[in-house]
Amino acid sequence: MNDSTTTPSRGVRSNSVEAVVALLLLGIGLVMAYESWRLGARWTDDGPGAGYFPFYIALMICFASAGILIQAVRARPRSTELFVDGPSFSRVLQVLLPAALFVAAIHFLGVYLASALYIALFMVLLGKYSWPKAATVGVAVSALFFLMFEVWFKVPLFKGALDPTRFLGY
Amino acid sequence: MGEIDALMHGFAVVLSPMNVLLMFIGIILGVLIGVLPGLGGANGVAILLPLTFTMPPTSAIIMLSCIYWGALFGGAITSILFNIPGEPWSVATTFDGYPMAQKGEAGAALTAAFTSSFIGAFVAVLMITFLAPLVAKFALKFGSPEFFAVYLLTFCSFVGMGKGSPLKILVAMSLGFALAAVGMDTVTGQLRLTFGSTELMRGFDFLIAVIGLFGIGEILLSMEEGLEFSGKKARIDPKIVWQTWKRLPKYWVTSLRSSLVGIWMGITPGGATPASFMSYGLAKKMSKDGAKFGTGQIEGVVAPETAAHAAGTSALLPMLALGIPGSPTAAVLLGGLLIWGLQPGPLLFVEQKDFVWGLIASMYLGNVVGLIVVLTTVPLFASILRIPFSIVAPVIIVICAIGAYTVHGAMLDVWYMLGFGVVGYVFKKLDYPLAPLVLALVLGDKAEDAFRQSMLSSQGDLMILWSNPLVGSITTLALLMLFWPLISKLVAKVRAPKVDEFADQRPVD
Repeated sequence: MNDSTTTPSRGVRSNSVEAVVALLLLGIGLVMAYESWRLGARWTDDGPGAGYFPFYIALMICFASAGILIQAVRARPRSTELFVDGPSFSRVLQVLLPAALFVAAIHFLGVYLASALYIALFMVLLGKYSWPKAATVGVAVSALFFLMFEVWFKVPLFKGALDPTRFLGY
Repeated sequence: MGEIDALMHGFAVVLSPMNVLLMFIGIILGVLIGVLPGLGGANGVAILLPLTFTMPPTSAIIMLSCIYWGALFGGAITSILFNIPGEPWSVATTFDGYPMAQKGEAGAALTAAFTSSFIGAFVAVLMITFLAPLVAKFALKFGSPEFFAVYLLTFCSFVGMGKGSPLKILVAMSLGFALAAVGMDTVTGQLRLTFGSTELMRGFDFLIAVIGLFGIGEILLSMEEGLEFSGKKARIDPKIVWQTWKRLPKYWVTSLRSSLVGIWMGITPGGATPASFMSYGLAKKMSKDGAKFGTGQIEGVVAPETAAHAAGTSALLPMLALGIPGSPTAAVLLGGLLIWGLQPGPLLFVEQKDFVWGLIASMYLGNVVGLIVVLTTVPLFASILRIPFSIVAPVIIVICAIGAYTVHGAMLDVWYMLGFGVVGYVFKKLDYPLAPLVLALVLGDKAEDAFRQSMLSSQGDLMILWSNPLVGSITTLALLMLFWPLISKLVAKVRAPKVDEFADQRPVD
């Protein structure tokens, strides 16, 4: 964690994130409490209703997240501890966004081709490897998974809408 | 001695060539998981669980529990050679392990760590062998109020013994229960909290949550630091092993004390991480070389490793005997049992003798195999750590995605996994604990059933939780744990508190 009194840097403050997360949780708690109440959180003819247990869980979420929210807001407003600074956050996004693209790619290309592409592109773009090296690693890892899942353990993985590995016969 | 006979029978079950092979595979995969960032005991076992669906349950649990032992061993390698704890419970091992490696005693430090891990586990398995059947026999008399009280105690202990904000522990836990409640209500058949969406009808599978929270979350965290590994070289030759072994008996008091600390913290859901810190702190206080701790004392490696491994092993006792796991990894193993059609709990010892005693026997053998494997293959695993992060990170994400997909063969689960990854990252950064969330997600349905059945039999009167001395004392203890943060604050006002000198280093988990 950076202390911006000594090293001024831009980023999101921990306190703000803390408050936002607590608010979100409070929201979840309230929605859940409402929904459980609607389902029947009280005693019915044949015992506790379907919403009985979730209702109290929801109350607990509301109570605890409200407490966290109050703590976060009341904490010294000048507390400048950062949740994450600019460069670190961009590094996190550099992993998270391609990962989301990778999962989206699986829908079309299937696990194996998407994995090979993902690993190779990741190595070239972020690891500064040469294309041949990256392609070799990507294909090798993917082939290993193929052997392991389809051939040895007989657990079929998702082949994708376009099914580009159809020619292999699995 | 019925236990000894049963155990011998267990060895007979385990010692088939196939099972021994699976044991070796499990240990090697486990060490690999323990060494790689982003893969740990819990999510490693969760990812590999679907591969075992087709195996007989006994073989499957042998392989999975060996993965767990391997992960426990593996955490020490990164701590000592790279000063990076591979697992939260090996943080305390870095205090003296890394200084030893800097002094050129990496081999001795690793040997000490592995041997103490082995001893810790061995003491814990001995305890399980004799205590688990007794606990199970005792628990056979439990009705739903008793079971609910034990669940309550488990979850309240998180609040009472956990580090960090009690409110956050409470939120994490309730969130787990909330996620468990999504989907079909098992009693009334009503759909709950699905908001009309058919996708939510299936509910959230805890395996997906474990893979996302621990796997993806961990990768995001390590990426933030822009991980660059720079490790010490390690070579273990038989001479160093022998010399270290000659030094270890001197520390038998530390080993014994650490084992007991570990066993206690493992059975109660304190877990391996606090156990290792507590044991390190005690060793530092009680050793005559206490002042030199932190500069590379072999005793400072022995203490946390023994305790961590003892705790990790004893966490399986409540899982087997009561059906209540003591750690996230034990929770994943419990999930496995349910998938193979075994009902964990006291009846397991009556109905599935082969399985239970096979598992216990495999704990003995697995740890022996583990010790041999890690002592001989350290250089190999250390070299895996030198693979650049820009190759390791995408491969681990691919593994997590495959793991999430294989649980139900649903692509939507892979998206959930990414979502849980982001939650895991934010929660870790804000010090929300993840273990209570996972345990609540696993136990949610069972805890709710126990609660509703108790309420049914008492017609909604909560006093049923105090209806007899047994259930009453468990419930009271649970409430004591729940309000412990408040009670300890009051006590601190009257008396000056002890300062926990390692409070900053200890991770919230």
